[in-house]
Parts: sequence; C-alpha cells; structure tokens
Amino acid sequence: MRSFRPVSVLIRVLASSGAAFLLAGASGCAYKPIEPWVKPYERERLADPVMKTSLNELPGRQQDHVYTVREGSRGATGVQGGGCGCN
Amino acid sequence: MAAIKNVAAVAGLVGGAIASGSVHAVDLPEDRAETMYHLYDGGGVIAQGPAVLVRKSMLDRISLSGSYYVDAVSNASIDVVTTASKYKETRDQGELGLDYVVRDSLIHVSGSSSIEPDYQARTLNVDLTQDVFGGMTTVTMGYSIAHDKVGEHGTPGWIDTARHWQYRLGVTQILTPRWTTSANLESIDDDGYLGSPYRLARVFGTYVHENDPRTRESKALKLSTTGDITPEGADNRRSFRADYRYYWDTWGIRGHTLELGYNRNLAPGWLLESFVRYYRQNHAVFYSDNAPDQTLYITRNRELSTMHDIGPGASVSYTLRSVPGKYDVKLSATYQFIDFHYADYTDVRTGKPYSYKASVMNTVLSATF
Repeated sequence: MRSFRPVSVLIRVLASSGAAFLLAGASGCAYKPIEPWVKPYERERLADPVMKTSLNELPGRQQDHVYTVREGSRGATGVQGGGCGCN
Repeated sequence: MAAIKNVAAVAGLVGGAIASGSVHAVDLPEDRAETMYHLYDGGGVIAQGPAVLVRKSMLDRISLSGSYYVDAVSNASIDVVTTASKYKETRDQGELGLDYVVRDSLIHVSGSSSIEPDYQARTLNVDLTQDVFGGMTTVTMGYSIAHDKVGEHGTPGWIDTARHWQYRLGVTQILTPRWTTSANLESIDDDGYLGSPYRLARVFGTYVHENDPRTRESKALKLSTTGDITPEGADNRRSFRADYRYYWDTWGIRGHTLELGYNRNLAPGWLLESFVRYYRQNHAVFYSDNAPDQTLYITRNRELSTMHDIGPGASVSYTLRSVPGKYDVKLSATYQFIDFHYADYTDVRTGKPYSYKASVMNTVLSATF
C-alpha cells in the first residue's frame, strides 16, 4: 500500500531547508539570522500550570490506554506506550 | 535504504533548527510523586486499579523515575459475551527511566514491562530533547522497540510473538509570549502476531477464527496549539488548546482526532481543565461484519471497523499545601464521558449497529518537591 505522499514531500522540503541552513552557516555565507523574538523574561505566561494539557503524568497514560485499545489509530500522543494484549 | 533516508531527513531537520539560532540548555523534569486510582466503565468492561510514579533528580544532571500501573479488568464486552464467557484478569506494568543532561541535550532512556496471564510486552524507549533558537524551539526525537509474547488460556507456553518499532519526531515552537504550537510525527511498524487468539470473525453467518496480516505500518501526525487567553486585568488565568491528529496505516485505516481544551484558574489553588474530543475512522480493508466470502485475512475486531466516538471531560485540581520553592501537594479528580458508535459492527443480539457509553475517571494525589 502506498504511503501518504504529501507528508513525505513536506518532510523532505523541511529537511532540505535544514541542510541548506547548515551549508550556508558552514560556508560563511552572508545571511542575517532571525533572532529569537520572545525573550526568556517574556515567557512567564507560557510556564503557568494553566497552559499544561494535564497537571499530572499518570492520567495521560490511562487516557492513552483507553483510546489505544478501542480505536484503530495510535501514536503521536506524546505518551510512551507499553504494549498489552488487550486489543 | 528507507531507514537511511529517514535518518538523513531527521538530521536535516535538526540541523536546520540548530543552525537557525543559539543553543539553549534544557532542564531536567521536576521532582514529583503521584499516586492515582483509575476506573474505566463501559461496554461491559470495568478496568480499575492503582498507579504510582516517583521522579527524583540527583547531581543536577540525572533524574531517575519509576512507575507502576495496575489494570484489574472484568470483561463482559459484546464480543466476549456473544462468542465466549466473561472473564477477569490483571495487567501489571512497571517502568524505570533515566533522564540525563549532556551539554545542551536531555537524553531519556526507559524500559517497561507489561504482564498479563496470556500476554507479555517489554519495551525500550530512547528520546532526545534539544532546546534551540534561544529556547523558542524544542526539538524531540525518539525511538522505541518492543517485544511481545502472545499466549492463549489453556495452551501451555507462548503461541507466538510480535515486535514493534516506533520512531518519533516533534517540534514545539513558541510563537508569542502567549501562544505556542507543536507538530509531532510518529511512525510505528509491527511484525508478528497482531490479532487475538480468542476473537472470531463471521463468514456468511458462520463464526471462524480471525486472521490479521502479520505486518502493519502506521503513521500519525498531530498538530497542536495552546494559548493564554486571559483578558487584560483578569486575575484568573485561562488557556485554550486545539489538537488535530491525522492517522493512516497499511491496513487501510484513516483516522481523524480533534480535541479542544479550555483551562482556567477558578480561585487561588483551584484549577479547572476541560476538554471535548471527537474521533472517527474508516474500517480496515480486511474488516467485515459478516463476510460474503472466506478470504485470507478476515477480522470482526470492532476496533478496526468504521466507528466514531465523542465525549467531554473535566478535571478539577486543588492545592492542599504549598510552600513556594520547596514543595506543593495537589489533589485532582477527572471525569470523562465517551459515546462510541459503530457503523458496520452489528450487535447480534438486536441486529442493530452497536453503540455504548463509557465513563473514565481518576483521582490523583501529587506532590512536587
């Protein structure tokens, strides 16, 4: 079965861009790098607990397990799985 | 060759991120302890049990973690009661992890073991996290390998095995002082016995043992954004989150997951987390509710059918005690409702498409120190 081509193309484009950045830096090519525009002292709101998906780690494991054994989809949830035979 | 291409692509991505800004040190996970009681009740299945997690850093470079999770399952689901008999069993899962700061990278290594009477799974995880671009961009890469042993009640020893490989790549980007966004891509490859020795399929009204392909390759791409939406001058912080995941695999399943979240501080020490999640998928190419012909691969696993589910959830946390800079102790409770609907899985007792409602609950006592 064929894989999903648009994502493969996107990955290759991003990878090529990354390699180009490296080559440009290594060759001393004159370019003006983009400076980080959000300074560390401006990130106080982002570090607030209200910005987290979940305050605790264990509920995420329960939720991931509930979905993984009842839905055909899996992965990209940010939770590392441990296998089980409960499918 | 494909693996070399994947490695080259990942190297290019990371190279691009590093070259575009200065490198910033990453932090170890905070020291914490959690204890949880969890319960799932739906579709004739009750799964409950305790779970604990402890994480402690040392020498400013290392963080050790350990967790234990118990699932005591009482199973009287529709496929069990219509083709077999109700049963109870327990799954125990333990995990040990190590986080290590090397220069400007955080390396995570962990191993886990999940044991049931008729199934054992062992998993090794390795993840690398790097903050770049002045700390505005976080790049993560991960790899897991798992080896499972499959058993069957009444048959001594193991009847088969399965192996799983997972490749993860993620980027989180700070957009503004209020908004972040992230993209996570995960590829999972399976090889071995991927079905259930107990599950039956239907062929022209007759029950036969299911037969799933012995390989499966899947990919999932998840896009997320989270923002602080607190009005100027308001005391209680509020945030909004939107996640979308697209899933596709070589079994023909395409899945869409959409989740929206809203969090807010209710009062000093009180935090509300709320969300609603919607999921839908089409069936696997070898899935059939009642196949007209016997084919090499055949399943009636409703997890592989055309189905959707939707449900809201909410969690409330209260800070029991807090000493700034030293420790705090929180108590939280979560309830989630999920409504499952199957378009091409018939309840043979009624002749109608099957559906059921489920409740997911947990209470957590946690401490950071």
